[in-house]
Amino acid sequence: MNKEGNTYTLIYSVVIVVLVALLLAVTSQVLRPKQAQNEAIDKIRRMLTAINLSSTNSNAEQLYKEYITDAYLVDAQGNRTEGEAFDTEPETELAKPKAERKYPVFEAVVDGNKKYILSMRGAGLWGPIWGFISLDDDKDTVFGASFSHEGETPGLGAEIEKQEFSREFIGKKFFDKDGNFVSIAVVKAGKTVQEQDYVDGISGGTITSQGVNAMLKASIGAYEPFLKIKQ
Amino acid sequence: MNEKNKAILFNPLSKDNPVTVQMLGICSALAVTSKLEPAVIMAISVTAVIAFSNLIISLIRNSVPGRIRIIVQLLVVAALVTVINEILKAFAYDVSKQLSVFIGLIITNCIVMGRLEAFALGNKPWPSFLDGIGNGVGYGLILVIVGFFRELFGSGTLWGFRIIPESFYEAGYANNGLMILPPMALILVACIIWIHRSKDKNLQEK
Repeated sequence: MNKEGNTYTLIYSVVIVVLVALLLAVTSQVLRPKQAQNEAIDKIRRMLTAINLSSTNSNAEQLYKEYITDAYLVDAQGNRTEGEAFDTEPETELAKPKAERKYPVFEAVVDGNKKYILSMRGAGLWGPIWGFISLDDDKDTVFGASFSHEGETPGLGAEIEKQEFSREFIGKKFFDKDGNFVSIAVVKAGKTVQEQDYVDGISGGTITSQGVNAMLKASIGAYEPFLKIKQ
Repeated sequence: MNEKNKAILFNPLSKDNPVTVQMLGICSALAVTSKLEPAVIMAISVTAVIAFSNLIISLIRNSVPGRIRIIVQLLVVAALVTVINEILKAFAYDVSKQLSVFIGLIITNCIVMGRLEAFALGNKPWPSFLDGIGNGVGYGLILVIVGFFRELFGSGTLWGFRIIPESFYEAGYANNGLMILPPMALILVACIIWIHRSKDKNLQEK
């Protein structure tokens, strides 16, 4: 058969495309359950990082059972509502009309003190960024934080994942002294802002840092009614 | 291993280096070398992808129609990278998180296509595999050298560990901010090319 002929070329391309498609479909199907499990463990680990606990892939689920005492959803008015908190992603909630959104809250007890873990999602330079932030029982002071990203530039924007960055948030407050929600600003290293707490951004990762800044304002701002309900 | 295969494996490390001599893969050399760790991960991933895509293309080289060979190459590279990514996600999730952004960069790396086109299409599987390893390591070598200098002078660390002591900073030393920005990678690559060519006179253009 003529190797350069149209018929051969056509048949060859169809065969190879079908073969590759089959290979990819099978790989994806076979590995999906294992991947989903890894993603759930990763989420737990990030949550544990937000309450300053280091975990491994093997002990994460056990630590989660040990520390996380309650998980529930709150609505736009800050009231507790129906639903499964762990599987609720801010990503899908943010697409809904404001009144219908539900936000996950996880309660943890660390050394006898109650902590609230809140979920965040925003946009970085190349793709989504997300994370968890934990607050003390005054619903104001940051106890810990953890950030993740999909594809920020390694060595620059991707540094938000490192503890050097997330540790900066510890002890910062989301509300000003009059009780208004002002968020925590992420500023260029060395700069300052008035009337709100701030942390240094990543040098060379300006857009990602601004993304974190916007994410804190939007995602934690969404919890404002809940945070204002003091016990 | 005979003389010819040795040359195929070791030439890309120096006198036929993909980055400094063939001038390929410069773009990813800029993107991932601001720290040493991503540079090493990228080097390993690219080596694996070039070696195996070279092998596969070499195995099917006699059946590929000339007119669609580039498309077939792309298909093989993209499929290979996707499968590797899926496997990593299932069995080495932490590594896959590290690699996230690199996956796309590997597919577009001109060295991969360059070696498939220039070597694998015309050679037997074993030499093609060696050629892939050689070129991957040659590329990785440059990445690691650039990453080393950029992290050391740009952040004062290596592999995330602090190298330049605090006392230096107190005495007025400051990290070079330019080092972590992409232009400095180009300047460093140019310095490597300069040193390389002054040592190896055969590479100098008349």
